[in-house]
Amino acid sequence: MLILRTFASVFIAVAVFSAAPAQAEPAIVYSVGGKFDGSFNESAYQGVQQYTQETGNSVREFELERDAQSRQALRNFASRGYEPVVAIGFNQANAVAAAASEFPETSFVIVDMVVEAPNVASYVFKESEGAYLGGVLAAMASESGTVGFVGGMDIPIIRRFLCGYVQGVKSVGQETEVLFNMAGDTPAAFTDPARGGELARSQAQSGADVIIQAAGGTGIGVLQTAADTGVLGIGTDSNQNGLHPGQVLTSIRKRVDRAVYDSFIAFDQGTFKPGLNVLGVKEGGMDWVLDDNNRDLITSQMQQAANAALSGISTGELVVEDLAADGSCPVS
Amino acid sequence: MNGTPAIELRKINKRFGPVHANRNIDLVVKKGSIHGIIGENGAGKSTLMSILYGFYHADDGDIVINGNKVSIPDSKSAISLGIGMVHQHFMLVDNFSVLENVILGAEGGARLAGGVDKARQELRRLEEEYELRVDPDAIVQDLPVGLQQRVEILKALFRGADILILDEPTGVLTPAEADHLFKILEVLRDEGKTVLLITHKLREIMAITDTVSVMRRGEMVATRETSQTSMSELAELMVGRSVLLRVEKEQAQPSDTVLAIENLTVTDSRGVQVVKDVSFEVRAGEIVGIAGVSGNGQSELLETLAGIRRATSGTLRIGGQVIDLADRIIDPAEMRQLSMGHVPEDRHRMGLVTSFPEYENAILGYHHDPEYSNGVFLDLAAIKKTAQTEIERYDIRPPNPLLKTANFSGGNQQKIVLAREIERDPQVLLVGQPTRGVDIGAIEFIHKRLIEMRDAAKGVLLVSVELDEIRGLSDRILVMFDGRIVGERGPDASEGELGLLMAGVEGEAS
Amino acid sequence: MNAGQLPRWVDFGLIPLLNLTAAFLVSGLVVLIIGENPIEVVQVLLWGALGFGEGVGFTLFYATNFIFTGLAVAVAFHAGLFNIGGEGQAYIGGLGVAFACLALDQVVPWWVTMPFAIVGAALAGAAWAFIPAWLQATRGSHIVITTIMFNFIAASLMVYLLVNVIGEAGSMQPETRTFEDGGRLPFLNDFIPFADFGTAPVNLSLVLGLIACFGVWLLIWRTRLGYEIRSFGANPTAAVYAGISPVRTIVVTMLISGGLAGMMAMNEIMGSQHRLLIEFVTGYGFVGIAVALMGRAHPIGIVLAAVLFGMLYQGGAELSFEIPTITRDMIVVIQGLVILFAGALEHMFRPALVQFFTMRRLNAAQTG
Repeated sequence: MLILRTFASVFIAVAVFSAAPAQAEPAIVYSVGGKFDGSFNESAYQGVQQYTQETGNSVREFELERDAQSRQALRNFASRGYEPVVAIGFNQANAVAAAASEFPETSFVIVDMVVEAPNVASYVFKESEGAYLGGVLAAMASESGTVGFVGGMDIPIIRRFLCGYVQGVKSVGQETEVLFNMAGDTPAAFTDPARGGELARSQAQSGADVIIQAAGGTGIGVLQTAADTGVLGIGTDSNQNGLHPGQVLTSIRKRVDRAVYDSFIAFDQGTFKPGLNVLGVKEGGMDWVLDDNNRDLITSQMQQAANAALSGISTGELVVEDLAADGSCPVS
Repeated sequence: MNGTPAIELRKINKRFGPVHANRNIDLVVKKGSIHGIIGENGAGKSTLMSILYGFYHADDGDIVINGNKVSIPDSKSAISLGIGMVHQHFMLVDNFSVLENVILGAEGGARLAGGVDKARQELRRLEEEYELRVDPDAIVQDLPVGLQQRVEILKALFRGADILILDEPTGVLTPAEADHLFKILEVLRDEGKTVLLITHKLREIMAITDTVSVMRRGEMVATRETSQTSMSELAELMVGRSVLLRVEKEQAQPSDTVLAIENLTVTDSRGVQVVKDVSFEVRAGEIVGIAGVSGNGQSELLETLAGIRRATSGTLRIGGQVIDLADRIIDPAEMRQLSMGHVPEDRHRMGLVTSFPEYENAILGYHHDPEYSNGVFLDLAAIKKTAQTEIERYDIRPPNPLLKTANFSGGNQQKIVLAREIERDPQVLLVGQPTRGVDIGAIEFIHKRLIEMRDAAKGVLLVSVELDEIRGLSDRILVMFDGRIVGERGPDASEGELGLLMAGVEGEAS
Repeated sequence: MNAGQLPRWVDFGLIPLLNLTAAFLVSGLVVLIIGENPIEVVQVLLWGALGFGEGVGFTLFYATNFIFTGLAVAVAFHAGLFNIGGEGQAYIGGLGVAFACLALDQVVPWWVTMPFAIVGAALAGAAWAFIPAWLQATRGSHIVITTIMFNFIAASLMVYLLVNVIGEAGSMQPETRTFEDGGRLPFLNDFIPFADFGTAPVNLSLVLGLIACFGVWLLIWRTRLGYEIRSFGANPTAAVYAGISPVRTIVVTMLISGGLAGMMAMNEIMGSQHRLLIEFVTGYGFVGIAVALMGRAHPIGIVLAAVLFGMLYQGGAELSFEIPTITRDMIVVIQGLVILFAGALEHMFRPALVQFFTMRRLNAAQTG
């Protein structure tokens, strides 16, 4: 009897939850890193915040605990009338494709991966172009002729970033040496500041005096150690100049926030367009940050060089090579 | 002596789950006396002493020390009440010196140096007062067992013990060492200390105590002035019926050799030779006993013959096969194939898997016999039938093969092992400490079975530290000391003679 | 003092229930502190896990993973070995599944691929357990240390293989191509009429898992090998005395354990993801330890514990979806509390219960 009653009340409870929002409200599904990962998801979260502050609308959020939940979460949002439904991270691509075909009337957005469907807008970034800018600034700031790179997990996306960085460095001077390390082979490689610090320290001891991080949470340790040992760090994804004012050369931003914000606004204004959006330097999807925290570190010469590269890439005069099909970098 | 008893226990009760280990125990121990507590294993002696020393807490009842009612929540409070304990297994740090061990836990402050000097003086005083001579700077692991025990006693006295509890103190000692211990205990008593001696050996009780209390199945059944009682009365009180202390047997009729060992040498994991060039043989129809103080290589000898331990060199002759042990590793399964049964010295550690139901232990080591297999599967029906038969034949109680082995008493567990090994009808039976921790009733039964084996023209090799058992059962007695066989005697050799051999005093020449 | 003194229903029913209740009570306190109604939370959790077809489907899908990893840990437990390498063994097991599927999916139907994938998963998982087992058996290197080290080696190896060797060329994602139909197990929806598990990927692997449970039960309690494993686990000295080779027992047990862990990849790779990708194990191997502990290393207990953890996973996801203040970190706290009470504090209620039942028995004996 008791069990029956419990179940009855459970199902009554369900009826309450299934209520849809009165008006179309956007929803976002963060990837497994969580929205405070200090990097990619957090950048998306900043876009959400910008949107809610400016419009006063609310956004439903969900953080994946494991990838298997993705499709369920996307379906849940779509079936309850949330729109657009934004999925952060390439791991959700299959789930987005499945949900999009199941809910053809609902608009979906995927960031960092391409899903070809009539109701999906895909945003991808040319990380290597941003990395190129970082490479130019690093090479110019370096006095020792050696710069460093600390990556997170050894996967293609990080290697691509490294490849762009190396091209930027070499564009300043062929003789500048690039030290690089990956923090590991598990996702923990993106959440291990101690390991990041260790790698940064060893690179600094080997002569690197500017070190870029492409390692999420691990990168926080890279910047910390760089500041502690008196070398310069370069932040990524979001603006990290303020973490150690005067000791972070610049930050190479990946404007996930902009992708998220734009898609929300576009939907509200009825201008939402499915299809592929490639965000590079030209589109403002990748940029470098100059603010009060690093103004003293950037000489006018450096600023000119970086801006020259930026405009060169934008006009197409300068091409940052991507990884070759076999995953190798054309420049090393 | 004044009239206040040193210890008075009133209506002490202690339960472990369904086991009522101590039931309404009353005990009065006079100041300045040696008081023996005797009982079979599992009678509740150790539990009672643990309550007195603060390891366990009694469910109810009172403890009165020197006329004051006290509570003893831990060993620290026991020590502060002047109670000291010498455990059966010494609680010493092997690589510390005697002095360091004695002050361990009583260092008296953070600075060690001052305490050490004072401790050294105190130790010297104690040594002289009680004839407990030990070199304070010797490392404990270098000392013989008898001396290690003295360190334990010193430790207790150093902490100001007036009441000294000794738990089975002679189990590891040679007869001579035991005699010396008794002398020390007498000195302690004469100096006004109170000694509580826990033992299951009647002889010791008769030799040294002033008063003796007998425990049986968790109850205190009697207290006697030692001078007013006899061994047979005490044995009867322990068991609850009259028992035969001697083994009845006919003259042996030995025939062919069934087991022969030549020049066997065994080195242990530390690289120490524990069995040195041992040769002997066992014939069908005889029991060969190996006497010796525990730790002189008997255990290793037995384990090597059973195939558990690897020999360095030597030859083994059994069942028409000659095996060069330096060449070839033998394993226990192979030895069983060669018709050797083995009742190991320590049934808990080796002879049984106590978490198994009884029937699973009935085939331990024989589980590959076709009789019990059905392809890769076990033939449970056949196994249970065997177990049931053995239970009936060996009067194992409770007669339930499904019961967990740990829930059988020590004597019944030993019967399970014995039944398993004897019922496979081996030509050679190795038996180690067959009656250790077994109640007197079961001892009688086990001894009878071993004699039956012998009379059925099997060879039995018996290792025991109980000299009475060796003398009672064996047709020939070999004495081991320091890894060697130092002498062979007939069954009527006197205890004194064997004791000297066991102590390594007299070589084969005598 | 020991398990034999409690009625079986207490040991296998009441104690787990009490532990679970305690875990939920403490979780309830945490929920209260963050200002939500615990009753409502429990309702949503139960509804999310069991209240509708898809929820049940996901619960069973997760449970399938836990059945395999739980069995793997349990088999090793019986030999006294603590295999915490299920994570890595399952990961490498994925390699075996993927090789079979990549080789066969375009030429034969799934039911031809399946036996190869099973053998591949089991062999790969077993191979990964072999080295730690061998080191433990012959060198005494502690298996807890070596298996956990092998988890990291597995992670590195898989990233290397997926990025450099078998990954799809030109893809940013470290994963193989997606299998064709010949490399996909049917979903339960597809072959059980009237079943409605929605989009839940619960698949034929669940049946495989249940068969594995029966197999483990047979192995442990009915075969001579199982007898040797249990003897060795309960008392290694007695096992040596009985002529049971420690080296052989350790190695064989670990091979079986690793093989079972490897078979978890059937569910994830051939049953659900249909491609080999990095980090698909994500902790199932570790939770398998809790499942085995809570299930008392018995297959039936493991199935029940696996379903419970499946419910926590699925119900937890719904919970954080329906009540956004219950973040996914809160869900992890609740799962952690269940593991804590079911595993680490397993003996918390036992002494009191032993006393209670002893008293009752004594009273009954006196009055009866």
